[in-house]
Order: sequence, then structure tokens, then C-alpha cells
Amino acid sequence: MFGFISRRLVMAVVVMFVVALISFMLFRFVGDPINQMVGIETTPEQREALRERLGLNDPIIIQFARFIMGALQFDFGNSYQFKQPVAELIAKRLPATLELSFVSALFALVVGVPMGVYTGLNRHSPLSKLFLTVSLIGVSLPTFFIGILLIFLFSVHLQWLPSFGRGDVVAIGDWWTTGFLTLSGLKALILPSITLGLFQMTLIMRLIRAEMLEVIRTDYIKFARARGLPDRSIHFVHALKNTMVPVITITGLQLGSIIAFAIITETVFQWPGMGLLFLQAVQNVDIPIMAAYLMLTAFIFVVINLAVDILYVVIDPRLRTERSGL
Amino acid sequence: MSILEIRGLTVEFPGRKNTFVAARDVTLSIDPGKILGVVGESGAGKSTVGNAVIGLLENPGRIGAGEIYVHGERIDNLPQKKMRELRGKRIGMIFQDPLTSLDPLQTVEFQLVETMLQHLPLSKSEAQQRAIELLDQVGIPNPAERVKQYPHQFSGGMRQRVVIALALCAEPEVVIADEPTTALDVSIQAQILELMKKLCTEKNVAMLVITHDMGVIAEITDHVAVMYRGNLVEYGESHQILGAPTHEYTKSLIAAVPRPDVKVHRFPQVDYIEGSAKPFKQIDISTHWLGQSRDYKPVDGALLSVKNIDMKFLTKNAWIPKNRQYFSALKQVSFDIQPGETFGLVGESGSGKSTVARVITGLYHPSGGTVHFAGQELTSLSDRKQVLAMRRQMQMIFQDPYSSLNSRMRVRDIVAEPIKFHKLASTNTECFRIVDDLLDHVGLGSAAGKKYPHEFSGGQRQRISIARALATRPRFLLCDEPTSALDVSIQAQILNLLKDLQDELGLTMLFISHDLAVIRQMCNRTGVMRFGELLEVQETEALFETPQHAYTKELLSLMPSMDILSRDNLEEEVA
Repeated sequence: MFGFISRRLVMAVVVMFVVALISFMLFRFVGDPINQMVGIETTPEQREALRERLGLNDPIIIQFARFIMGALQFDFGNSYQFKQPVAELIAKRLPATLELSFVSALFALVVGVPMGVYTGLNRHSPLSKLFLTVSLIGVSLPTFFIGILLIFLFSVHLQWLPSFGRGDVVAIGDWWTTGFLTLSGLKALILPSITLGLFQMTLIMRLIRAEMLEVIRTDYIKFARARGLPDRSIHFVHALKNTMVPVITITGLQLGSIIAFAIITETVFQWPGMGLLFLQAVQNVDIPIMAAYLMLTAFIFVVINLAVDILYVVIDPRLRTERSGL
Repeated sequence: MSILEIRGLTVEFPGRKNTFVAARDVTLSIDPGKILGVVGESGAGKSTVGNAVIGLLENPGRIGAGEIYVHGERIDNLPQKKMRELRGKRIGMIFQDPLTSLDPLQTVEFQLVETMLQHLPLSKSEAQQRAIELLDQVGIPNPAERVKQYPHQFSGGMRQRVVIALALCAEPEVVIADEPTTALDVSIQAQILELMKKLCTEKNVAMLVITHDMGVIAEITDHVAVMYRGNLVEYGESHQILGAPTHEYTKSLIAAVPRPDVKVHRFPQVDYIEGSAKPFKQIDISTHWLGQSRDYKPVDGALLSVKNIDMKFLTKNAWIPKNRQYFSALKQVSFDIQPGETFGLVGESGSGKSTVARVITGLYHPSGGTVHFAGQELTSLSDRKQVLAMRRQMQMIFQDPYSSLNSRMRVRDIVAEPIKFHKLASTNTECFRIVDDLLDHVGLGSAAGKKYPHEFSGGQRQRISIARALATRPRFLLCDEPTSALDVSIQAQILNLLKDLQDELGLTMLFISHDLAVIRQMCNRTGVMRFGELLEVQETEALFETPQHAYTKELLSLMPSMDILSRDNLEEEVA
């Protein structure tokens, strides 16, 4: 087990290194950073001085090493447009995105898993057919459209929920702000998290349904019935647990994309998170933010993948012996 | 008084157009401590009877008529909830495949304790204690330690013991065993049957054993019921039914069982059994396509010669070569096969017999040793043309007729594929003429070519596999358990077909099987394998009469005794 985790960690470091290389390339190939920083009236001498001061004349290897050292200390330089350290900017936006992602992942799991189990067990009931139809909508409609639809219905028409922003937030500690503690904060979370989580929810539901249909036909489920175990135990202890390995793979990857690609939802709802920051950075060719965002996204995926791999082993005892051999 | 009584049971499966009757008017009863065998071929409705008793008929099956009593109490009309309480508590069930009938993610203890707490008034620690006792009773060593393990940590035979412990843990009065030993090796089968018989007497339960294997019936049952297409055709005491069957079907079923004791020229063709092939077209090898352009050089000496083959599989990889761990699947295996001979390989699962076939066909590259075919070394062939020429001469017939045919291709395309690949026909018309001919020859008829594999039964599919193997005009056939997925009557037909083809075409065969009786009927010489080693090779008759190696003796002694089977109708055949 220890060997397995340490091998995985080594792989994670390699992945992060490669991503760092790509992020660094952004500085070299996406426009001249000096042009982005200075105004039209700057003389060539001043530009050269700035270039020297920023170390842009050093050999590439040295620059890359400096970038890596900085990244290790969460120092990605200053944003071109805000003239503030990138790390600070991101840290300020991170809680909003994380809270949104967390709630929508929770929504996807809490609603998707029971729906999947139900539709898997009662294939032909009218409710299953309704769920499947609704899920089809979730898969086929684009996120921004669902967002706009929800805003139109609940904010404009019914006026129950706010259409943008996080509502009132409470600061916890130096840099974390939360919307969980105020009524308006909670209300503001509802629409964006449904929008963001709907696709994942339908995906989880369909996946669990397919796996359930498979598992329910296996001999061990028949044997469990023949032993007179109650349905609750058969469905949740024996069947559901056996559907978990593929479900965890997909859910893990999806969770990563919820966090990393909340961009569209955040734009539709004007959510002050990282996605919005990233979009503005792209519009203004703010390379340090883009580079940092890329690194952060990669980091989130690597951590989630590691967690998924460990979860496999926790769930499936058969992997405990086999994995050590890999 | 009998514990289980079934009276006039009819099970129906209503379909869209008509209702399929899976079991019709079945009446049986079992006394405590006795074992009743239900025997029949696939589709006979024997499992349906078992499922009806425990109330787990597959949808949309239902009991159309009849009554089922346990201890005089009627159970077939109980509501689902009552029925669920009965399952496990009063009726236990043992399933066929021990590898799939345990939940892989829960420990053995969890599954035992969960079942006991459901049915018995025990505390959790009492149940845990009892779980250990149960494992001990079914013959699992170190029960206190092993109870904490997961199913994958047990071998197949041990898992079947766990399954038995689970079925018996709430002390049911009736136990239904559905093909309890079909998935097991001979030696394990003998142990499991003995255990079942012992537990049946000790715990005084009534046991219903469902099987297609006459050997199992002969070995442990007190009474036997023979089923044919949903009907109970014969029912009575085992020694009487097996020794002096009165119904035609029972007679033909017994006749089709391969004899372990005497070699017969051909298996008796049984006309009662459905789906037997039409008498197939005789061919004259000198004029027929199959005989033409067999441009093989005649060989003097052995056609195939395997020398000191080693096969190692990596089980644990490491950076440093000496830390790598290997599993030795074959150890110094050597044998020769003469032209025109059938060479048998027999052994239990994991003995390496299929690995031998894969090394010969080049699917695996051996870690050491050589394979000579018609004087040519195979393992070092690198020229693609030579490899293709070699592959054309040897073809393989696989065990599972369901997964060895591409279900998206028509049968004629399946058979034509090797002909086209090896460019054995100049035109498409000629190719399909050959295919039709082949299908005729294996007893399917050329009309079969337009259908897809799923439209055929297991035996018919195996005929398609044989036609496909013949399509390259091979001179060497590898048959890897070609009949172990088939019913006995079908098995008899397929084995006869193989023998006929061999006579006509002068084929050389490597015949792999775990079934000693089949080996005796098919093979000239036989090798016995265990743990990757070839223990002895002898003329088949000599092997059965005077086995040399202790393991061969053990295997022979474990063959279910068929002495009580009636062979009267066969005597003329042999004479």
C-alpha cells in the first residue's frame, strides 16, 4: 500500500512538472510580456531595462528554474491587468469556486445516486421513465442555456432567487469567505450549483443505472436473495457497493472538471470565482493568471486522481493484492 | 414423512404470443436425509423446478398449477414477504459457479453473520462464533483466520465450501443444489459431493440436486427424476433408473454418457435426442476440395514434436531482474505426436494444458524449448510468409462455442474468412461453394450459412467452429475442451463428427480435456499434466489399465463410478 501510494506520488510530480513546462511556455510564445505591461510612450531603453530587471534575458533554463521555484512557493508573479500578485488574486477567488463546486458535486451525488439505484431496480416504472427523460435534457442541453432558463424562471418570473452574485458573505480567517452562513448566500448558491451539477447528476444516474442492471443479474445477488436477505441489504450493501468502482472513476474526473471548468456557469451567474477571473485573463492576455490557473487545474486533477486510486483499493479488496504487483 | 413435496407443478413463462411451459405436471417428494437428483439436458426445465421451490422464478415466470409443501405447509401461494423469510431459513440454495456466487467486496464472515442475524435469534458475537464453527464443518482449515478473508482469497473448491456453509448457516430443512459441482475439477468435485452427502445425513435435510451429469447422479443420489423438455419422464430409486431405465429418453441419455471403462468405436447415435444432425454428405478425399492441393510434404517421424518447453509468466515486476517473480505455467514439457494420431492431454484446471496449445499455435512465445512441426522449428520463425503457411496447417477449436464466433458476422462469412485470408480460392463464387460444402459436411446444411451464430444451439455452433477450422485444409487440429460446454447427447455427436473427419481427412489431433472418459474414447495416446508438468505419457488404453504415476491413479480413482448405469443396450454396439 505504501509502495503503491509513493509510486503514484512520483507520477503526480512528473505530471505537475510537465504542466509547469507548458505553463512556462505560455510566457515565451503568447506575445511579448513587456508589450503587455508598458504603455505606448515607453522608450526602447526603458523596455530593455525592464526586460533585464524581470530576468527575461536570462537563458531559458534559468528562467524555467525560477518559474518552478516561484510556483513551489505559490508565487506566479504579478497580474498584468490588476498589478497584484496572482496568488493573492486566485486565493481571493478560490473560496467562491470551491463552495460552488462542492455544493454542485454534493447535489449531483445526493440526487444522482438514489435516482440511479431506483431506475436500475425499477426499470419499467413510470417514475424511472420520467427520470430518464429528465436526464436526457440534462445531458443534451448546454450549460449556459440551462442557467439562463433557470434565471428566467426563478429570478425573473417567480422572483424567488437571485440571478447573480454570491449574496452576503462572511469572512473566516484571513482569506476565506463563505456564503454558507447567510440566507442570501445560501439562496444565491442554489441556481448556479444546479446548473453546474445537472450534467454530472444525469451522468452519475445513468452510470449507476447501467451498473446496477449489470450487477443485479449476477450470481451473488441471486444467492443473496436465495438466502432470504432483505431487499435493503441486497440493494445497498451488496449491489450498490459493487457498482462503485467505475462510478468513482467517472465521478472523480467529473469533480475535477466541475472545479476547473465552472467558467461558463460563473459567467452566466456573474459568480465571483476563478472561472470569471480566468475568462477576464484570457480577454486581456494576462499570462501569469493563465499560467497559474493551468497549474492549479492540473494540481486539482492530480490530487483527485490519487484519491480515486486510493478509494479503489479501499473499496475492492481484490486490488489490495494485485495492485502491489503493478 | 417427506419434508419437501411437489404436487403437479407446472411453471409457465407467458410470452407476447404464446405461453411457454418450462415444467409440466411435476410431482416429487424428498424424505429427510435423502438426496433427490433431477437430471436432464439444458432446457429440460430442471432448474425451473428448483427456482419454483425457492420462489425465485425469473420474470415473467409463474406457477401455473400445482402445490409445493415444506413439512406439510403449503408455500407456493405465500406472499413475497413470507416467502423471503422462508428463503435461507427453511430452504437453502447452492449455486453452480463458486467464483461468482459470493459478493467479492464483503468478507466471508460478513456474509455469514448477515445471513444468520437475519434468520436466527443470535447476538452478533454468537453469530461470529457460529460462522467459524460452520467453516470448520464444511472442511475449511484455520476457520478462525480464514473467516476474516475475502472470497478471492479462496480457491474454487474452498469457495464452494463457503457457499455450502452460507446455504446451511440458518439450518434449512430443504437444500436445493443447482449444478453444485459442474464448475469444479474432478478431484474437488469428489470432495464436494462427499461433503454434501455427509452434511445431508448429519443435518437430516432433504436435498434436491439438479445436474446434467450422470456421474453426480450415480455418486450421491438416493432417488432420481429424469426430465425431458419440461416433462418428468421417469422417477424412482437411483439404482433402478440408472440400472434398468424404462423410458426411451433415459436409455438414450445413459447411452450417450462416455464410457470410462471400455473404448467403443463410435458413440451410439441417439435418435430420441432433438437436433441431431442429418446424415452428412460423404466425401471422396481424392476428388474433393478438402483433399486437393494439400501440398504438405509428408513427414517421417513425428508431425509435431515439443521439446523441453518452459513457459513463465511475470507475476511481480521489478526494476532489478533478479527481484522479478514468475509463475511457471509449463516446466520442461516434451512430447511427440505422430501423423494421423490423436494425442490427449488431461489434467485439472491450472495444469497448463491450454498453455501448451497456445504455445504450439504461437499465441504464446515459450520461455524455453522448441516446437517442431513437420520438421520445422516454430518458435524461431520470423518470416511472415512461413508463419502464415504454418498457421494454415494447424487450426484450433475452442471450448466456448458462444464466445468463439463473431456474433456480427454471418456463418458463411465466418467460415469463408480463413479461405480468403490464406487466398485458397481464386474467386468469390468458388470460395462460397467451398463454404457451403463444408457446412454440408459438418451436418449443418448450406442453408445455415445465411444465418447468424445466435440462431444456433451450442452444439451447432461447435459444428460451425469445426467447419471454420477445416476451411484452411489443415492437417493438424487442436481441440481445447471442445465439448465441455455441451450436453452429453450433443457431445456424443460432436465427438463422432471429429472422429469421422479424422478418418476421412487423415487429420492429426491434439485433444485437450479434463474428462477422462472422453479422453479414453478419443485418444490414441494420452499425457497427464499437473502444475505445468507432464507426468506421464502412455497409450490411452494402457494408461487406464496400468497407470504409472500416483497422480494418474488418483485421477482415475476419482472418476464418478458409472457401474450402475445400464449398458445393456450398448453391448451389441461394442460387439
